[in-house]
Amino acid sequence: MTTEIFPGRFESLPKIRDFIVNAAVNAGLNEEDVYAVELAVDEACSNIIEHAYGGEGVGDIHCTCKVLDNNLTIILKDHGRPFEPESVPEPNFNAPIEDLRPGGAGLFLMRKMMDKIQFEFTSDNGNILVMVKRIEK
Amino acid sequence: MEITRTEFKRCDLVKAKGRIDSYTAPNLEEILNSITANGKFKIVFDMSEIDFMSSKGWWVLIETQKTCKKYNRGELVLVGIQDRIRESLFLVGMGSYFKIYEDLPTAIGSF
Repeated sequence: MTTEIFPGRFESLPKIRDFIVNAAVNAGLNEEDVYAVELAVDEACSNIIEHAYGGEGVGDIHCTCKVLDNNLTIILKDHGRPFEPESVPEPNFNAPIEDLRPGGAGLFLMRKMMDKIQFEFTSDNGNILVMVKRIEK
Repeated sequence: MEITRTEFKRCDLVKAKGRIDSYTAPNLEEILNSITANGKFKIVFDMSEIDFMSSKGWWVLIETQKTCKKYNRGELVLVGIQDRIRESLFLVGMGSYFKIYEDLPTAIGSF
């Protein structure tokens, strides 16, 4: 299990991705799944900075990676605002382009890229996001 | 991320190398906005050397496409998308808003 703490800034994203990719490769994920995990974590961290913290430089993001029961488990923790994942609508890309509005694509991608994602919002321990990817070699 | 811009007779070519995420997408947005602000709406975006793209990057392209397609004055086309990036584009459903070309001459010649 490895844990690193990153400043909640968009410039942390490449370092977070490197940390995650390293863990995914070491866990034995294939190339396609490494990218899937990289993308899901990037989307999650971008959302933490933009929505949980409301902007850059407000708080940190704790990233933990561990391999358990043939799964790569990634845990992200922040101390920002909680939210209701069920209230975030899925993007509707059947609409005419002029009607498209940003929002929801990141969470949608996280759900599609990972085998399981689970949010927990606690009063003393902050927000915890657990994402799991099965290791298929 | 490195971004270059080349003006052709009938379109502008923008090429980005590296990763497009919430950190680098504003740079791409600035370049694309500067092109449309100058009244140019026919743009080819060369993605052949982009190896990572998050939804923030896709939204920048969508917003540019909205601007370009207004009043039928032009459009933004994409070229050389790597397979796994193309997969996430279509998975989210944004793929249908762009013409995608495999090679640059065909993309530029489409205008």
